[in-house]
Amino acid sequence: MRFCSRRFIRVWQRNRDVFLRLWHAETPAFVAEPVIILLAMGLGLGAYVGLVDGQKYIEFIAPGLIAGYAMFSANFECTYGSFVRLEHQRTFDAIIATPLNIEDVAAGEIFWGATRAALTGVAMLVIAAVFGLVHSPYALLIPFVCFLEGLMFASIALFFTSIVPSIYSFNYYFSLFITPMFFFSGVFFPLSSFPDLVQKLSWVVPLTPAVHFTRALVSGHLHPSLIISLIIILAFTIPFFLGSMITMRRRLVV
Amino acid sequence: MIAIETRGLTKTFGDIIAVNDVNLQIYDNECFGLLGPNGAGKTSLVRMITAVSPPTSGDIYILGKDLKSHSREIKALFGVIPQIDNLDPDLTVIQNLLTFARYFDIPKKEALKRSSEVLSLLQLDDRSNSPIRELSGGMRRRLLIARGLINSPRILILDEPTIGLDPQAKRLVWDKLNELKAQGVTQLLCTQNMEEADFLCDRVAIMHQGKIIENDTPQNLVSKYIGDNVWEVKLDPQDKNRVIQIFKEKRLDFEIAGNSVHFFREEGTKLIGSLMAPHKLRSRPPTLEDVFFKLTGRSLTE
Repeated sequence: MRFCSRRFIRVWQRNRDVFLRLWHAETPAFVAEPVIILLAMGLGLGAYVGLVDGQKYIEFIAPGLIAGYAMFSANFECTYGSFVRLEHQRTFDAIIATPLNIEDVAAGEIFWGATRAALTGVAMLVIAAVFGLVHSPYALLIPFVCFLEGLMFASIALFFTSIVPSIYSFNYYFSLFITPMFFFSGVFFPLSSFPDLVQKLSWVVPLTPAVHFTRALVSGHLHPSLIISLIIILAFTIPFFLGSMITMRRRLVV
Repeated sequence: MIAIETRGLTKTFGDIIAVNDVNLQIYDNECFGLLGPNGAGKTSLVRMITAVSPPTSGDIYILGKDLKSHSREIKALFGVIPQIDNLDPDLTVIQNLLTFARYFDIPKKEALKRSSEVLSLLQLDDRSNSPIRELSGGMRRRLLIARGLINSPRILILDEPTIGLDPQAKRLVWDKLNELKAQGVTQLLCTQNMEEADFLCDRVAIMHQGKIIENDTPQNLVSKYIGDNVWEVKLDPQDKNRVIQIFKEKRLDFEIAGNSVHFFREEGTKLIGSLMAPHKLRSRPPTLEDVFFKLTGRSLTE
């Protein structure tokens, strides 16, 4: 297989320029939704929830929502966003006629998806801080964690994008993979509340280690098990990152 | 010097042979036309030459360098103007050009200079800050051409560059392509427009069913296959079969083109006066299109 070159940054820059031109068209909705969820669940449902250690429910879900919405950002960017550029706008065809190769395009898309996740992480962190839900200076590391998490999800998403026949295929991706993960990765309730089997499965789905990370950083309770979380994230990222380069070439360079 | 050379170039898709053992030599500083009906394999051939499609077998050399091992370096010399509009609709006109320049690692300052040059070359100066969706079809096509020139390419590869343009814009593009040739830019032009090929190309190749079946200057092809004149006879649809039957009986050299018949020698036309009104006969100079039909047939190929 071939690998990307430093030129992938050109694709990242292209996506950044588009974002800077059009961000006002999508970003408000992207920020409004998590705020609504945080308030509705945290204050509404939270009134009925008593956590073991006396923590407020809104404090429990805030870091989970940060990781959850970072996940959505990277995934939307590298499914619908990448697919429109790939099939509808034929942007990638234009790019690979220049000194850039398809691997550079794939890597640029993935790094941009990760950047979107990091930006979401920053926005969510500010919101959480405004509500007084951040208790540790380690929380400043959250954008970096969201970037790593974003690399993982962008790689998985772009891999899927490079093999689907139609834009409607993403309904499966979100309904059967992303949305369930949002509920089974410890965002809204601790994994320990699930039956044993579900707990074990939850531990190896990609969102769980990211939630584990954001929760530790917001509370300041760093734990050696974070190393395992990091390993899980890398174990998803590397094969999907490399795989998406192979499948993108197979799709476009024929 | 040879700008583009292919040796035994072949591309198959499953059982279909899209490009079949093509050997081409396109000289530096010439405009070379690639003609052929839809499905002849032109696009597959050009995709291989522009390094976005790997050959099934055979080799491609660009200015003496093997495309396989020097693809990035070679792509930097190309200006590719695609048939489909793949302008970036999320960016403005100038951003399209600057973004493209960045793919070629052209520094910002130089990119701004080149952008304004190519915009004025294609008379789009006043559209610099327009969003793409506000451009007419003709402007978009001119912008595609401008974008292909942003890196001052050594070799231009054009796929139907004037499709959808009005006669004024078409002339503008033809003039600019001629000027670029005078400046030393080699051009590979795929077109269905025979007038365009005749006007622009030093040599043309006719491609049919994956093979190059002829390759010469437009003048040579016309005199080789057609001669000096074409006599065109319009037939009444009702009367068509009867008249054609007579032509056949007399063993005349003619070709049926829909409701018309073409004669390539004057003898054939002597009979016409006795069969129908003389105003239905007209003589005209032969064109590349006559050659095209003669070599690739009149039926639809796909």
